[in-house]
Amino acid sequence: MGLISKKNKEVLTGPLNINNPVIVQMLGICSALAVTSKLEPAIVMGLSVTAVVAFANVIISLLRNTIPNRIRIIVQLVVVAALVTVVSEVLKAFAYDVNKQLSVFVGLIITNCILMGRLEAFALGNGPWESFLDGIGNGIGYALILIVVGFFRELLGSGTLLGYQVIPQCVYDWGYVNNGLMILPPMALITIAVIIWVHRARNKDLQE
Amino acid sequence: MKALRNYLDKIKPNFEEGGKFAMFRSVFDGFETFLFVPNSTSKTGVHIHDSIDSKRTMIVVVIALLPALLFGMYNVGYQHNLAIGANPGFWATFAFGLLAVLPKIIVSYVVGLGIEFAVAQWKKEEIQEGFLVSGILIPMIVPVDTPLWMIAVATAFAVIFAKEVFGGTGYNIFNVALVTRVFLFFAYPAAMSGDQVFVRTSDTFGLGAGQVVDGYSGATPLGQIAIAGKELIGNFQTVDVLGNPISTWDYFVGLIPGSIGETSVIAILIGAAILLFTGIASWKTMGSVFVGGAVMAAIFNMIGTTVAMTVSPIDHLFLGGFAFGAVFMATDPVTSARTETGKFIYGFLVGAMAVIIRVLNPGYPEGMMLAILLMNAFAPLIDYYVVEANVNRRLNRVKLNK
Repeated sequence: MGLISKKNKEVLTGPLNINNPVIVQMLGICSALAVTSKLEPAIVMGLSVTAVVAFANVIISLLRNTIPNRIRIIVQLVVVAALVTVVSEVLKAFAYDVNKQLSVFVGLIITNCILMGRLEAFALGNGPWESFLDGIGNGIGYALILIVVGFFRELLGSGTLLGYQVIPQCVYDWGYVNNGLMILPPMALITIAVIIWVHRARNKDLQE
Repeated sequence: MKALRNYLDKIKPNFEEGGKFAMFRSVFDGFETFLFVPNSTSKTGVHIHDSIDSKRTMIVVVIALLPALLFGMYNVGYQHNLAIGANPGFWATFAFGLLAVLPKIIVSYVVGLGIEFAVAQWKKEEIQEGFLVSGILIPMIVPVDTPLWMIAVATAFAVIFAKEVFGGTGYNIFNVALVTRVFLFFAYPAAMSGDQVFVRTSDTFGLGAGQVVDGYSGATPLGQIAIAGKELIGNFQTVDVLGNPISTWDYFVGLIPGSIGETSVIAILIGAAILLFTGIASWKTMGSVFVGGAVMAAIFNMIGTTVAMTVSPIDHLFLGGFAFGAVFMATDPVTSARTETGKFIYGFLVGAMAVIIRVLNPGYPEGMMLAILLMNAFAPLIDYYVVEANVNRRLNRVKLNK
């Protein structure tokens, strides 16, 4: 078995498209609504979740044969909490402004359904390398949706991207006004709904 | 009439499957059934057949809206003339308002019907007629200075996300015209509230240019109440755009600043009479909205610690969009409660909620839009419990008779 066998490739790329945690499994919606009003926090949030879910997957996968079944949720929580604390401290040290914007949502990664879902469904039954790839895949699948949502919300809501003005001043002089509703959470929900709509329209077998 | 019928019959084959214009089939069908009551009937099930189909219903609502629309056009010109201190006579005043409002009506219809036609053609369905009313409501519930592109964006948003995704006319949960307004309200707050947007001070297509007179303020009566609302009782008096005090009679006549169609209670009552006489709107919903608003305002009167709380019930019913919402929005047969008892509950809560939002939330001078949308969401729940209560009552009756 090579490092990236056919099965592992599926484990890695499935969550990016037909098995996406946000738009197919409908997990992690709350944080997708909360942190995507600007692009930068969306990217940072996506990366943080990717790191946490990948390493939590590896650790749980290594421990999977020694964890007693009855207390596995507690063990998973301890591992996730430790990793989230590490990520939170790193963000505080190196990206303090973004950490401010993300506020409690870094800490709330621990309650992100994607994490528990992957630990329960995948890491408890597979080896560390597959689990690592699965974590990376799901984390990036989540980050992808956050970035798309954050892109449109920041572009239409503030006229900026990553804090830089993209919509030129002359457009505003013609009477264009930023759409304040894009900053508010309802539009995040509708943006995700539109992404799901497009995705299902392209993948007929996902339609119910 | 005969010639028109013959002409339609002559060009009809072009729009059938395989004809030259087959891609415009649904458009043709829409116009044909709009002009003539269709004579085809459904093949299955039991149906009552009469000529009041939904296209005819919608046209009656549009006719009922015309008095308010025409008055709104005149009032737009009237407020503008007050602001610039001119008096060009009745027809010039009306022409100013007509030119200011007409582009909004055109934009709203072109965008909304364009989307409806495209969706109908794409899904190979008949064109649904619900937008006939929404298209005229939208220009009437926005301030006169709302830019046209905003109306276009909001209309497109509302038609797609409040209507088509739910399955089109008859399936929408929320009133489409109000979703348009709520989108504008939250997306572009500066263009939808405040004292700069309700009176047009600039010229319209070069007509009515002039300097704003001293002492002008474009705040609506509700806006003034909201600003004064937080203060304790003092000498508070609503004023018109020139600072002259205005009274309940002025609210009733409607020559006050506000959204285009909402100001005149007289014009709205004419529309209400048409709707009630033809049986298209429910008197239960309409009446209970007014009762709900009056009761809630009376309760606030009794507490009466702030200016906003002391506004009398009758003023609440006449001010802002209350009457307009009660007559034309709350009675929307699709989004309001269906059960007869439910209509009373629904209407009462719409009225009460509108006054609560006005009085207790200074951020929103007008609460009618939010109240109706909130109750739209609750209408199915009200219906469910009314039906359940009825079922239980009848079950109990069976038990007693045993």
